[in-house]
Amino acid sequence: MICYKGRSQVIRLTGELLGRRCWFVSSSVGKIGIFVSTPGSCSNPQVRKQQGSTMPFGNTHNQMKLKFSSEQEYPDLSQHNNHMAKILTPPMYERLRSKQTPSGFTLDDVIQTGVDNPGHPFIMTVGCVAGDEETYEVFKELLDPVIEDRHGGYKPSDKHKTDLNAGNLKGGDDLDPNYVLSSRVRTGRSVRGFCLPPHCSRGERRAVEKLSVEALAALSGDLKGKYYALKNMTDAEQQQLIDDHFLFDKPVSPLLLASGMARDWPDARGIWHNDNKTFLVWVNEEDHLRVISMQKGGNMKEVFNRFCTGLTKIENLFKERGHAFMWNEHLGYVLTCPSNLGTGLRAGVHVKLPKMSKHPKFEDILKKLRLQKRGTGGVDTAAVGGVFDISNADRLGFSEVELVQMVVDGIKLLVDMEKRLEKGQSIDDIMPSQK
Amino acid sequence: MANSFTRMIAGRNTAVILASIGASTLASGYLLHESAAAAERRKIYPPSADFPDLRKHNNCMAAALTPKMYAHLRDKVTPNDWTLDQCIQTGVDNPGHPFIKTVGMVAGDEESYEVFAEIFDPVIKDRHNGYDPRTMKHPTDLDASKVTSGMFDERYVLSSRVRTGRSIRGLSLPPACSRSERREVERVVVTALAGLKGDLAGRYYSLGEMTDREQQQLIDEHFLFDKPVSPLLTAAGMARDWPDARGIWHNNEKNFLIWVNEEDHTRIISMEKGGNMRRVFERFCRGLKQVEHLILERGWEFMWNERLGYILTCPSNLGTGLRAGVHIRLPLLSKDPRFKKILDNLRLQKRGTGGVDTAATGDTFDISNLDRLGKSEVELVQLVIDGVNYLIECEKRLERGQDIKIPSPIPQFKK
Repeated sequence: MICYKGRSQVIRLTGELLGRRCWFVSSSVGKIGIFVSTPGSCSNPQVRKQQGSTMPFGNTHNQMKLKFSSEQEYPDLSQHNNHMAKILTPPMYERLRSKQTPSGFTLDDVIQTGVDNPGHPFIMTVGCVAGDEETYEVFKELLDPVIEDRHGGYKPSDKHKTDLNAGNLKGGDDLDPNYVLSSRVRTGRSVRGFCLPPHCSRGERRAVEKLSVEALAALSGDLKGKYYALKNMTDAEQQQLIDDHFLFDKPVSPLLLASGMARDWPDARGIWHNDNKTFLVWVNEEDHLRVISMQKGGNMKEVFNRFCTGLTKIENLFKERGHAFMWNEHLGYVLTCPSNLGTGLRAGVHVKLPKMSKHPKFEDILKKLRLQKRGTGGVDTAAVGGVFDISNADRLGFSEVELVQMVVDGIKLLVDMEKRLEKGQSIDDIMPSQK
Repeated sequence: MANSFTRMIAGRNTAVILASIGASTLASGYLLHESAAAAERRKIYPPSADFPDLRKHNNCMAAALTPKMYAHLRDKVTPNDWTLDQCIQTGVDNPGHPFIKTVGMVAGDEESYEVFAEIFDPVIKDRHNGYDPRTMKHPTDLDASKVTSGMFDERYVLSSRVRTGRSIRGLSLPPACSRSERREVERVVVTALAGLKGDLAGRYYSLGEMTDREQQQLIDEHFLFDKPVSPLLTAAGMARDWPDARGIWHNNEKNFLIWVNEEDHTRIISMEKGGNMRRVFERFCRGLKQVEHLILERGWEFMWNERLGYILTCPSNLGTGLRAGVHIRLPLLSKDPRFKKILDNLRLQKRGTGGVDTAATGDTFDISNLDRLGKSEVELVQLVIDGVNYLIECEKRLERGQDIKIPSPIPQFKK
């Protein structure tokens, strides 16, 4: 644990807090009607039935709060360094505080995690989450600028391209396995019509699990697999999943906990993977679904092929059952964490770059290639033995194919550079330009 | 306690009307309209769809909650729109320990205990050894002069302490309160405390604004509380917006201390080194009465009613909310196999000197009353005094090589 002492405040950070989540809430062009509640309903001191706020969790007692002035309710963001704190102003808070989505998600629900986690002075977290698809529309006044800030100037009028046609990827099957130890592509998907993890009720979460398990059970061939519910797995199954590095555990990061997504753990959470252990789906962790394709070695093309095939099949299986994924033209795939909007895609490799990582221009090269590095333990871990997790930095504004292409091309170049440095040669002539 | 009043809040446009009044019953009317979306959701997700999976759970809430009860209560709300799911979230998220039974639910406001009485009453009964809120009354007695003995042998007792909590009526409790309510609690309490005089005169330190030096000083004095890390507390939502409107007040003599907006609106602590429990309790009662008087002057009062005593966030602290205890050295007695039974019969509990959930270091223990509800403050402190004296007597006898006796168990309730 790192303790950072602000002017008069001890801000506790855990390893997972650094840079893990930047939350944006963006507006979607919703096809669902927006319910905007207005102040003025009486505070009847009798036993009442719930009103518009149907999902009980969180600060849904918005009507009660409206009795207080906006000034009295406005959070103290003076120590804060996250996107939400930069964008939110008292007049904005006043305009948005009386609104709620049809399921009852309110502005305070959106920002609670950002209020509770001031952030790090050097890393900018996002500080908001979505509770449902409509959050992005109802609170667009806050979320559009936050998205623009987080996703490199992506404007409210911009359109996001989705391209899951793996055939469009050039190369990617020849990354040198002496350097590239493993390849992985992950994304997330939300099931339209259900609230997202910060806000869903137990009934909804279970419904998402049931749907997912049914759809996944219909996969066949090399995608045929099995579901392990977190609360039912045997010790042997649990140990196997840990050994395979598949098992996810209850979140401990205060960024996630403060948003409410760990409620009722481990109810309706689980892991599905195919028999070959190359295609993996997490159910109800930080998003409804996290879909992961991975394998040892450097054949990113194969990984991406399987990824696209599997995703498309899953989407069709959901559609057969009358459910679509949350998606729109402007924001692409809609997820809990605004940092994952668009493609929600992180394509990466574990790659040995001991010499490159010591090169003074390493960071700059990564930046130009639109890549980011992490330790092999995942985000917020340090690299061990010169082995890095290198992946695309972007999520929104580029298609899936474009992002994987960047990774493939970028890694190829980095490995070439590493080989040159091994031979004592210069790499100045192959420096990349800004992508 | 006043039965009902409308409070005037300086600077506010609308008065906040009190909802629950002592032991009054609430009318069970329903508002006529509800949104179409709410009705639709209720159809798709009947209570059975939302009933939590409590099969691995070992807390009072899980033992008491039935699907029928849940179905009955799920869609009800308190006047502040607090729901059953919000009350029980902490118990759902924290299955509990196989050996320790936690409570597993919290109140969001005073009315929670009424609106959700169907689940709270059995939980209270379970936790408070059979106290039945439906039939019994809780006695409040803060007359410190009634206490006898109360001066411990300081060769054994290192320090004495009495703590309780108080909630400000009309404002939601820490799991539920909005930022403005929490700030209002701070304002009300700090304004009142500024009126304390003499040996109770003191100063407030806001958590968000204290200097590093002040912070270090408070840590050294063991006064500073920090953001809760226990998942039992964080799952209940009481750490939201930390450290906004949280702070510590203490008198200049550093033996009377108040925590603002930690786990309850206020926690009041009287303590000093040595064995003068009588003086500690006397100051405790005097301080409490003065604080209460100061807030009454401004039109506020504490949450209290006849059947539950003082209303606090956690049902385990209902009644007196009182924990009177000592740090005591019992090198011989603590090794005696009869130690636990002696404590049980005296209705005392032991903790490590780091507080609840810590292990004892060396031979020094924190010994305090087990009970909170059903006995008055005077009764509980007397119980601690008599019990600690008995423990010291046992220790002395063991020192002399004499045998000790397990005392007969103290009866539960006076009824």
